[in-house]
Amino acid sequence: MKTRVIVTLKSGVLDPQGKAVHHALTGLGFGGVNDVRIGKIVELDLADGTDAAALDEMCRKLLANTVIENYRIEQA
Amino acid sequence: MKSAVIVFPGSNCDRDLAVALRETTGADPVMVWHGETSLPDGIDIIGVPGGFSYGDYLRSGAMAARSPVMRAVADAAAKGVAVLGVCNGFQVLTETGLLPGALMRNAGLNFVCRDVELTVANAQTMFTARYDDAEAIKIPVAHHDGNYFADDATLDRLEGEGRVAFRYAGPVNGSARHIAGIVNDAGNVLGLMPHPERMIETSAHGRADGRRLFEGLIEALG
Repeated sequence: MKTRVIVTLKSGVLDPQGKAVHHALTGLGFGGVNDVRIGKIVELDLADGTDAAALDEMCRKLLANTVIENYRIEQA
Repeated sequence: MKSAVIVFPGSNCDRDLAVALRETTGADPVMVWHGETSLPDGIDIIGVPGGFSYGDYLRSGAMAARSPVMRAVADAAAKGVAVLGVCNGFQVLTETGLLPGALMRNAGLNFVCRDVELTVANAQTMFTARYDDAEAIKIPVAHHDGNYFADDATLDRLEGEGRVAFRYAGPVNGSARHIAGIVNDAGNVLGLMPHPERMIETSAHGRADGRRLFEGLIEALG
């Protein structure tokens, strides 16, 4: 079972990488970019029947740091 | 006085920390590999060193925080053993939940490697007893992820409870409220980004401002 966990910085948390990329896009002449935020995607290949609670626990215990990050789970 | 230094794959300040502990406690610390599930008996001070444990995979300190030895460190901390986390060690302690908040990418994106001026924010902790309140000291930093973040309520609580031990005297990495080091609520766990172990010998380092952290701690532990 292919599953994706998308980890993003919480709103309000400064994202210096996003700021730098935003700056670079503007420098390349791309107008109209209001903001850039960078996150990460973790692709998991899970055994069939892995329960949702276990997956949620994986996110909370390791894949995301919930002090600064949000996560969401997408089943492929 | 018995001390231990935890060693992760990718630690690179473990030997500096060991030298500082040897010079100040008078005995070689026990070096404890990350796969160990227990610490030797009778340890008074645990050092969690700087470096790039597990190559900073996922997040700085994230993998190290889940290694077997950190459960033993957390148990020891709960029993009152002094824990000193420096740089990556601070990141590991926040990822473990022994200290609140998180250390994020430096606001300027650059790796910062230089001596910085710090202000002692609370000289009443067991780690700062040899300093004076508001004293200016100089300690080197060398990090990419030292930008301390916590929500406002947590920051207010840390400040209100005197748990900010050190602040940067000027801008370094974008850290919230210029926080460079904090202690846990019981006061026996300190995490700080600057490297006191790199400032212990005037002859070699030019100054010895970091040495008093170790000496004060040893005195406090009696």
